[in-house]
Amino acid sequence: MTKSRTLPDTERDHVSGSVKGAIKLLEYGDYECPFCADAQPIVKEIQRRLGDDLLFAFRHFPLINIHPHSEHAAEAAEAAGAQENFWGMHDLLFENQSALEDQDLVAYAGKLSLDETRLIREVTSSVYALRIREDFKSGVRGGVNGTPTFFINGERYDGPRDVGHFLEALSKQTVEK
Amino acid sequence: MIPQTNRSVLGAGRQAPEFTLQCTPDQTVSLNEFRGRPVVLAFYPADFSPVCGDQMALYNEMLNEFQEFEAELVGLSVDGAWCHAAFAKQNKLHFSLLADFEPKGAVARSYGVYDEKEGTCERALFVIDRDGIIRWSYVSPIGVNPGANGILSALEDLQTKSETTEAAK
Repeated sequence: MTKSRTLPDTERDHVSGSVKGAIKLLEYGDYECPFCADAQPIVKEIQRRLGDDLLFAFRHFPLINIHPHSEHAAEAAEAAGAQENFWGMHDLLFENQSALEDQDLVAYAGKLSLDETRLIREVTSSVYALRIREDFKSGVRGGVNGTPTFFINGERYDGPRDVGHFLEALSKQTVEK
Repeated sequence: MIPQTNRSVLGAGRQAPEFTLQCTPDQTVSLNEFRGRPVVLAFYPADFSPVCGDQMALYNEMLNEFQEFEAELVGLSVDGAWCHAAFAKQNKLHFSLLADFEPKGAVARSYGVYDEKEGTCERALFVIDRDGIIRWSYVSPIGVNPGANGILSALEDLQTKSETTEAAK
């Protein structure tokens, strides 16, 4: 499998942190997946600790049959992204995982001072479906087998998902650099 | 790709053993019904066990991709048809789960992927071509979801080969 597929693509992906960061962390996730919500504060803590050494990217991997709200949630994040606030919506969706009905998505758009009408119109007409599917397919081809799946500098991380183990794996990357 | 411990696993080039199994409590399906299309056999240890749930849930999301290759995907385990029905309902699965139930594990044995100690199928994947020949097989460690990349690569290879054969005619 090609490593480039599992590295953040700053031209295309939603990225957070420094593009010059030596450590590149890519997550494939689903807003309705409880394990992804559990991982969210851990990612936040890693971002806080590594600061500009880290570039974080998120790609969608919704399992829409078992998580019926995951597709609209992913659409909402993309729609917020189109209004320059992907990460604001991303955080709200994970923090409010049990409330992902369309009216909830509208409320989150309001909370972020986005154009709510535009957002929900885009969500319900699946404007970003193709992009979300591209994320999903790239994940499958890159070796994603469930959510969340993390890649550190292109390599799949299969270790325990806690701050300590993550930092250990991430810091190995800095030493190797 | 196949671990050394699984020497009996049927590999590429072998004829896929024929079978007829229950796909619902009142219907059966035979491998030869799929002749003319590639078939993906996904053997897994048990319905409702966590990793298989993920694995089958993943394949369930990829039916469009498999369809692009005109491939038929079926899951197989030693669970009975009623158990499969409940598992499929819970996970909203849109593909067939076959019951290798009576005699237990007979099909898995014929493919060399029956775990005698556990009394279940191993976690094994086979890609079978339009003529019923195995073109790729893979056995995953029992607790590891093998994902779908290997299946898609095998289906791509099949497509490339059949295009080459067509062109040579």
